[in-house]
Amino acid sequence: MRLTVDGQSFDIDADPDMPLLWALRDLIGKTGPKFGCGIAACGACTVHVDGQPVRSCSLPVGQVSGAVTTIEGIGTAGGLHPVQQAWLEEQVAQCGYCQAGQIMSAVALLDEVASPSDADIDNAMGGNLCRCGTYPKIRSAIKKAAALKTAGL
Amino acid sequence: MASVGKIARRTFLIGAAAVAGGVAVGYYYYRKPFPNPLEAELGKGEATFNPYVKIGADNTITIVAPRAEMGQGISTTLAVMVAEELNVSLDRVKVEHGPASHAYYNAAILEEGGPFAFFDESMTAQAVRSGLGVVGKFLALQGTGGSASTRDGFDKMRQAGAVARQMLIAAAAQKLGVAAADLETADGSILHKASGKSLTYGAVAAAAAAMAPPAEVRLKDRADWKLLGKPQKRIDMLAKVTGAPIFGIDVRLPDMVYGTVKMSPRFWSAPIKADLSKAEKMPGVIKIVPLETNYGHGFGIIADNTWAAFKAAEAIDAQWSDPEYPLSSAAISDVLKQALGTKGSVMRDNGDVDTAFADAPRERIVEADYAVPYLAHATMEPMNATAQLRDGALDIWCGNQAPTLVRQLCANAVGIEQDKITVHTTFMGGGFGRRVEVDYALCAALMAKETGGRPIKVTWTREEDMRHDAYRPAAIGKFQARLGDDGMPVAVDMRMASPSVIAGMLRRLFPSISPLGPDKSIVDGAYDQPYTIPNYRVSGIAAPVSIPVGSWRSVGSSVNGFFHEGFMDEIAIAGKIDPVEMRKRLMAAYPSAVKVVEKVAAMAKWGEALPAGKARGIAFTLSFGSWVGEIVQVADTPAGIRIEKVWIAADVGTALDPGIIEAQLISAAIYGLSAAMGQEITFADGMVEQSNFHDFDAMRIFQCPVFEVAILENFHKMGGVGEVGTPPAAPALANAIFALTGKRVRTLPLSKTVAFA
Repeated sequence: MRLTVDGQSFDIDADPDMPLLWALRDLIGKTGPKFGCGIAACGACTVHVDGQPVRSCSLPVGQVSGAVTTIEGIGTAGGLHPVQQAWLEEQVAQCGYCQAGQIMSAVALLDEVASPSDADIDNAMGGNLCRCGTYPKIRSAIKKAAALKTAGL
Repeated sequence: MASVGKIARRTFLIGAAAVAGGVAVGYYYYRKPFPNPLEAELGKGEATFNPYVKIGADNTITIVAPRAEMGQGISTTLAVMVAEELNVSLDRVKVEHGPASHAYYNAAILEEGGPFAFFDESMTAQAVRSGLGVVGKFLALQGTGGSASTRDGFDKMRQAGAVARQMLIAAAAQKLGVAAADLETADGSILHKASGKSLTYGAVAAAAAAMAPPAEVRLKDRADWKLLGKPQKRIDMLAKVTGAPIFGIDVRLPDMVYGTVKMSPRFWSAPIKADLSKAEKMPGVIKIVPLETNYGHGFGIIADNTWAAFKAAEAIDAQWSDPEYPLSSAAISDVLKQALGTKGSVMRDNGDVDTAFADAPRERIVEADYAVPYLAHATMEPMNATAQLRDGALDIWCGNQAPTLVRQLCANAVGIEQDKITVHTTFMGGGFGRRVEVDYALCAALMAKETGGRPIKVTWTREEDMRHDAYRPAAIGKFQARLGDDGMPVAVDMRMASPSVIAGMLRRLFPSISPLGPDKSIVDGAYDQPYTIPNYRVSGIAAPVSIPVGSWRSVGSSVNGFFHEGFMDEIAIAGKIDPVEMRKRLMAAYPSAVKVVEKVAAMAKWGEALPAGKARGIAFTLSFGSWVGEIVQVADTPAGIRIEKVWIAADVGTALDPGIIEAQLISAAIYGLSAAMGQEITFADGMVEQSNFHDFDAMRIFQCPVFEVAILENFHKMGGVGEVGTPPAAPALANAIFALTGKRVRTLPLSKTVAFA
């Protein structure tokens, strides 16, 4: 089957039941999305399909028809995505393992709501677990990213 | 402390070895320096000065930060120690974890292993401390734990930078024909101001490294620090926001196969019957092999991809032998209760507790029973390792907290010499003590024997990870206090029983060593607290339950912080004294403790009236050399109790990176609050009942309180940082819930008694 990931096209030979996550990681070599739980309970595997955030660990690759975007595809050749930039400036990550998923959820949130409230952040980010407890910095980084995006940076 | 003479301490357990009769290791061995492991792997034009510094002719400066980076920021702080003395900025250097080597032994990890409180500076305590540092070198464990890395590295790594800099200057002086005293260094170059001549470090590195190291090392005064003591940008941040392949699970090698494991759901049990035929026939499956390690029995599944391996693991139909431990949580709890009735080891014994209680009037007695459950680490990155066995040599890639142990145990398991093993330590998606264990590496190493030389990446499912941990042990405690006329405690008697973490770790990691003496971790966080009570006894009893238990962020203090500080709150309430005021009075002999309590109380405006439906609790724990007070504010909401705000004051002695320290204190508090709110591992039919984040969850962003942190530097010795925020979190929350609801919850998780929003 054919899969578009981060703007590139891949032909893969996969069991259609294989979760998108494992097709990305093992077959295509995109290790940015992480395996955390396998049951859509932690959000570490979050990627976008046609701009919508999905838990790739629980989405059979055979059901994916749209373009997939991973953490490796949100920046540009010129630099980081504003959300990544804000994450860097706020020094959010500790172990960093959940952060690809956190960032992908935050990117999707900001695409929908330009200036999210605390409640918007709680709703959009509640499915992304962080065992290091970086939540206070995630919250401030999302607000900073909103400002960066609005300023067109 | 004063009572220590009463305690038979000729034998006691330290970190991972039993030492009888003091320090009985060879002086010669201690003095002999380890070879520099970097010499064996220098690139073209590279020179090395010591195990921590490499400089290339092109002036590439590489610092080895040989501790596990699991989020705590240690690779940044260790690199800064070297960079500070080498006089280079952090963005000028490359930082590597480096090879597994005894040269990178951690002495500080064992230093506090003796039966002395951190503040005990008696001659005996100091002698044992320095002796245990020697033991640390003797065992030469390269380990990350005990919140010890900065304390261990502080002198060693600054000296490594300073020595290298002095040698570079000496070489430059020779080359330029000037006096060393006339040379200055700045950002990787050596300048001769008078002549305007300059040389890069790289230009003289080879000549400098060939010189004899200076006899005397001069370290900068604190006032001259440019990097240390100030928040730094973490060296790993860019990789972590771009999804770079930095974790063990991201390792990809040419011609690699994939795998997973299905270990016995009952610990230590062997398969009685197993039908592998269905699993073996599944698409993508290459081979299924039996596994037997120090961690128990099971099967390894080798496949074309991870998903195929996961599916096949599910399809294995096996029956496992009966366990050697009680089948259910209720039966385990009975063993703990029985243990609590036995004598145990007294680790603190001030005054005469029995006499103090003998004539106590009933109304002056406070009594309470406490209990905490087993807990999983649940790191975000499930256990995994990649291994390749070719031509009798094994390469192993994994995040781990103890590279020399990985090497040693893999050598035993695979049956090759240690010098045929190369351990590549990656970044870790969380550790919290879980990656002190080496089970994931052993499984991958054994499976690499079955792939015909191809590399194999072995990834555990979350379910396998949750059900095969080295858990924080369950514990129970019995507490008694006698109050004086003024409401202050005059006697306390504390007893706690728990399976022994040390005995558990020895069985898995050092099976040839038998445990001797009491396990101090059973009473850590209770026997060593800076309170003066005239009659004060703390006893610990190891309960014989062989479910694997290990180091879980703050270890014994995670249990006893809750027990001790919950009970202190009960004493204050019974004595009608404000809990902050009571602590300040009991801590009067320990000014650092008093200042922490005063600071956190001031930050929270303790004592000011709160609106209806809000309340606060305080707790304090001294652990890993840091003095930490936390106040939690809770609110009653229609959806349940909400944790609104947490104030933390921590005296760490010397704060090397306030930004990282603040992040660690918050992280550790959230880790403790997560467990206190809702986590427990329970057993039925000898198996763990929980399996994934739906039944072993942690705090989510919508539950996360606002934090305010103050870092103090009053005490004269440096403390640890990674774990110290955890112990006071649970009791501060439970004490706040008491203040809010009048319900004294003595059993964790709190969600069994109250609902959280």
